[in-house]
Amino acid sequence: MKAPPFGYVKARELGQVFDLLDQHGDDAKILAGGQSLIPSLNLRLSRPAVLIDINAIADLQGIRETADSVIVGALTRHVVLETSPVIARHVPLVAQAMPQIAHPAIRNRGTIGGSLAFADPAAELPACALALEATFILRNRSDERRVPASGFFHGLFETDLRPGEVLAAIEFPKAMAGHRFAFAELARRHGDYAMIGMAAAAPQPGTLRLAYFGVADRPVLASAAAACLLRDGPQGLEAACAALAGDLSPSGDLNAGPQTKLHLAAVLLRRAIPSLFAPA
Amino acid sequence: MDQHDISVIVNGQKIRRRVSARQHLIDFLRNDLSLTGSHLGCEHGVCGACTIQVDGVAVRGCLMLAVQADGATVDTIEGLTDSGAIADLQDAFHRYNALQCGFCTPGMLSTAAELVAQHPDADREEIRAHISGNYCRCTGYHSIVDAIASVLDDRRKARANGGAA
Amino acid sequence: MSGRPVVTPFDRPNSYIGRAVPRPNAKKLLQGRGTFVDDIVLPRMAHVVFVRSPHAHARIVGIDRTAAQEMPGVIAVVTGAELAKVITPWIGVLTHLKGLKSAPQHAIAIDRACWQGEAVAAVVAETRAEAEDAAETVVVDWEELPPVVDMETALDAATPVIHPELGDNLAFRRELVTGDVDGAFAAADHVFEEVFHTGRHTGVCLEPRAVLADYQPADGKLVAYQATQAPHMIQNLLAKHLDLNESDVRVICKDVGGSFGIKVHIYPDEMATAALSVLLKRPVKFIADRLESFVTDIHARDHRIKGRIAVKSDGEILAFEIDDRTGIGPYSVYPRTSAVEANQVVNLVGGPYKHKAYRASTEVVFQNKNVTCQYRAVGHPIACAVTEGLVDLAARKLGIDPADIRRRNLIPDDAYPYTGLAGLPYESLSHHASLEKLLALMDYDGLRAEQAELRKRGIYRGIGLASFIEVTNPSSAFYGIGGARISSQDGCSIRLDPTGTIICATGVTEQGQGTEAIIAQIAATAVGVTMEKVRVITGDTDATPYGGGTWASRGAGIGGEAALQAGKALRQNILSVAAAMLQAAPESLDIRNGVVVDADTGNERLPLEEIGRVVYFRPDTLPKGLQPEFVVTRHYVQKDYPFVFTNGIQGSYLEIDTETGFVTLLKHWCVEDCGTIINPQLVDEQIRGGVVQGLGGALFEHCIYDDRGQLVNGSMIDYLVPMAGEMPDIVVGHVVSPTASSELGAKGAGEAGTAGAPGAVMNAINDALLPLNVSLAAQPFTPESILTALGRVGARVG
Ligand SMILES: Cc1cc2nc3c(=O)[nH]c(=O)nc-3n(C[C@H](O)[C@H](O)[C@H](O)COP(=O)(O)OP(=O)(O)OC[C@H]3O[C@@H](n4cnc5c(N)ncnc54)[C@H](O)[C@@H]3O)c2cc1C
Ligand code: FES
Ligand code: FES
Repeated sequence: MKAPPFGYVKARELGQVFDLLDQHGDDAKILAGGQSLIPSLNLRLSRPAVLIDINAIADLQGIRETADSVIVGALTRHVVLETSPVIARHVPLVAQAMPQIAHPAIRNRGTIGGSLAFADPAAELPACALALEATFILRNRSDERRVPASGFFHGLFETDLRPGEVLAAIEFPKAMAGHRFAFAELARRHGDYAMIGMAAAAPQPGTLRLAYFGVADRPVLASAAAACLLRDGPQGLEAACAALAGDLSPSGDLNAGPQTKLHLAAVLLRRAIPSLFAPA
Repeated sequence: MDQHDISVIVNGQKIRRRVSARQHLIDFLRNDLSLTGSHLGCEHGVCGACTIQVDGVAVRGCLMLAVQADGATVDTIEGLTDSGAIADLQDAFHRYNALQCGFCTPGMLSTAAELVAQHPDADREEIRAHISGNYCRCTGYHSIVDAIASVLDDRRKARANGGAA
Repeated sequence: MSGRPVVTPFDRPNSYIGRAVPRPNAKKLLQGRGTFVDDIVLPRMAHVVFVRSPHAHARIVGIDRTAAQEMPGVIAVVTGAELAKVITPWIGVLTHLKGLKSAPQHAIAIDRACWQGEAVAAVVAETRAEAEDAAETVVVDWEELPPVVDMETALDAATPVIHPELGDNLAFRRELVTGDVDGAFAAADHVFEEVFHTGRHTGVCLEPRAVLADYQPADGKLVAYQATQAPHMIQNLLAKHLDLNESDVRVICKDVGGSFGIKVHIYPDEMATAALSVLLKRPVKFIADRLESFVTDIHARDHRIKGRIAVKSDGEILAFEIDDRTGIGPYSVYPRTSAVEANQVVNLVGGPYKHKAYRASTEVVFQNKNVTCQYRAVGHPIACAVTEGLVDLAARKLGIDPADIRRRNLIPDDAYPYTGLAGLPYESLSHHASLEKLLALMDYDGLRAEQAELRKRGIYRGIGLASFIEVTNPSSAFYGIGGARISSQDGCSIRLDPTGTIICATGVTEQGQGTEAIIAQIAATAVGVTMEKVRVITGDTDATPYGGGTWASRGAGIGGEAALQAGKALRQNILSVAAAMLQAAPESLDIRNGVVVDADTGNERLPLEEIGRVVYFRPDTLPKGLQPEFVVTRHYVQKDYPFVFTNGIQGSYLEIDTETGFVTLLKHWCVEDCGTIINPQLVDEQIRGGVVQGLGGALFEHCIYDDRGQLVNGSMIDYLVPMAGEMPDIVVGHVVSPTASSELGAKGAGEAGTAGAPGAVMNAINDALLPLNVSLAAQPFTPESILTALGRVGARVG
């Protein structure tokens, strides 16, 4: 199917984006990598009046390091994250997740900002952001807002982005000495959205965040399960698995019903234990 | 309807055209430029039949608007053929019969071209992973993997010989 | 490939038979210079988009198209009633399938839609996008009717009847009893039973269905550029239903992006496109969108089969019994009908084995889902999975190795000719040779040892075998005797041109199998020229001999034999002219590599170019009474058997992660016997492609309908086709038993891969899970279904 008619503006700078967002309100859509938006247009599921192409905006590009964080511009393409030495070194969880996202040609175009703003509940990056307590940097014409990952995902394809706002960058804390992490997902076929997945991060001893994806309308933290493991270490595994039932109340989809998802959530957790408790 | 003037280098030739905003790149190439080697199998980004090279990297032509190609360099199967850039891949696909109906082939070759350029040491499993976004109903993939593996092998040998010389 | 022995009597100089010659016509495809229907543009060409029913079953109360007619670019918005003025409806029945009934089907529904996706109006516009824009504004006033969804309850009294004039929802029923079935079951030491399910699949050809119809009113001619497997069948039916002279309809079929049986049927939207071209007097193009492909391309394989096997304690099989039910949608598809698949299941279950008693019954029912019809390996994967599932069930229960139970029960290789229990003759099969070859290729004993070793470490690997028989080279018993004008014969015309080139026009068609290469190899061999000197013409009803096209694995066996006979005849004609020119006896001469030579010594005497020059430009120099005939046509139809059966066996090796339910296919093997092998590479590739289609069905593919008759996974995002990452390497081996029904001896090979793969995978899964006392019989085998069988999760409700 062909996309319905729409207008198109290639924005050169953020100011222009804000103008257009003001002007068109809900009828405007930001076009980043287009790897989620254009399929939905070609399915005629989305009918914006105008697309605002942000691909040329320099302010949204690039990966920057600070002393204790890495700031990734929203327009950073998946392939750049996948191959970036900075990400591999300081945000290894994301580096590990990248090859699981779609296929090379899609990673060549898709962006981190698009992925997070799209907020597919089965996507990898939102869960990574949640596990790592990333900070979302949102900008409108006059302000910048910093939203923790835990406050960004509101529901199915719903985020904290307000009218007139753009996701400008994502700030990941740098992995510290002694950090542990694990990433695992189950997808029916290579590159498919996950049936279920888990991004886990323990930035320093005494911390642990288990972010599941593909279980609900947004990525979900399994806090009770994490608490069991924090309390008892690997010995807390069985209790943690049991706690998952309270943490996640998975909804079913075509590939797996709620029970299956819950079962698989425990399997992923069990398999992550060696990485999460690996000796230094 | 929203119309835009674009200027694109397609297969080495500078092209100026007026396109409507909603037109994706494959429809532009096929309908406006009669470059019918790029195929559409889904228009949802899933099948890979429309994979072409934009600014030197493989992309889904159905998930990029023609207007977004303004200022870009686009190489389709026709151009990649004429430049000889993928001659060894084409030859290996022929020898291994890594195509039957040929509908997936232009997209598969574009993907394979990127693979052999970026991952000179890929093994069969890595080859399979790399082409995992390109659907082929006919071949069962085995012969495609064979063909790509043989090109990687030949290129490795050529490099080794070149290095020794 | 060069190590492969030449396996045929065609081992003579200049023979291409048995050689892995690269396909000459592949180069253009590699360069993106093929011509698929969507690549063709004609002056004044319009595009059609269909408004389709969102409901499984609903009455059309009214259609408001006023807005659509005003939309930019719109040429016409046409309803079913309007189109019915130029195209007549059809009924998909065949007289030899006794009792088969169906209702008249229109190109566009007139008062009622009977499945989600049925076309109810056509919008023709200058571009596809404009047609889609306008189609969205057509407002259909629907009155929803209760849908018949579940095939199990379709015949219940409480279920509405979809076509009241037919009396009930039963399309077809067949019962077959051979031998003393009750006696065999009574005499058995054990009776094992299982209920098998095969999931509804669809073909997902990468190129969607496509037609460009060009009606030329000045001379009343219709040219249809169509992606089809059977151009002459399409020609006949377009003429019949559009009331045109058959000779005024030309069907041209250039490159086709995969077909697999999907593109061998009459589709209402394709017929409507031709009718619209007649109505609007201009070319109209229809390219199915991927979403509409899922709800309109034929589906297949939606069967539930209760199977029973009677065995002695030593593993001897005494009898099979099956009770099959399949749902085919609201109409039997025209003209091949939707009863053939079930009929084949009845014909094929138990096929490889030597038991003496068999009972089968099948019921084919109507329902409000998309139609089903013949898809690659029609019925075979179902019959094979049921047969081989039952055999392995018996082996497991009796503690017999799967290879041994097959050794004990497969029809002996020296038992032919043999008549199968469905009454069909087997000319010459090679089950035992194939089994032993497969076991050797697999290193079966080595795999068993590895499996046992790994099991100690909690790794569950399984080995599965599946023997099968395959129907190829059909005679007219398939369709012709049932009244369908589908040709079982095929022809080939070969012409020698002045340059020594031969041009072969054949009625069989190419959709990537390599038909053109095979015809070229045979013709080059038969005439005595090099491959470079052969051109092949396919897919044009004006230019090729009348034929059936390519389906039921008939291209090489039927089309190839016609090419062989035509080539041989042309060679004789050339030699008699050469003999006159050289004043030699024709028998003393031969043609090799395009040169007439002395047969004994190989000394070159006269190149074909020279003969061509003389014959075409200086006939005055030839003897007076000599009239060279350098165009020869020969036809062939296989008359010895209803079908020529082939056989083979597949092996699967896989690993199951019992915690996640994920199956990893480690490797797959297939040994098959397609008779004379014309091009080993092409045969291997047919097998591999077919295997992967079978693997897709076993593990991934499934058209899932909800209880309202809505297809819930009708997109490539949700319908999981097999992709490279999950597919194994596939080893192919051959046993060669040529058929004596033709000189060439070639049987078909196009469906063997698909036939056996699901059964092999099912058996391997159950073999892996044997220590856990669990087995599965419902395809597709998904992680969730495996976890459920293992008791790790409860059965899913809803
Ligand atoms: C076949 C296929 C398979 C895929 N598989 C996966 C997978 O396994 N896992 C996965 O995570 N993804 C997958 N994707 C999606 C892919 O990762 C997309 O790239 C990603 O979801 C969206 O990124 P984008 O840059 O392409 O965004 P776009 O498609 O351009 O935009 C997506 C949405 O985000 C909005 N948006 C984009 N950027 C911003 C911004 N800076 N500020 C505010 N709003 C913005 C857009 O308006 C739009 O609504 C798949 C896609 C395809 C086609
Ligand atoms: S047509 Fe672009 S991915 Fe299928
Ligand atoms: S060759 Fe037909 S789809 Fe790949």
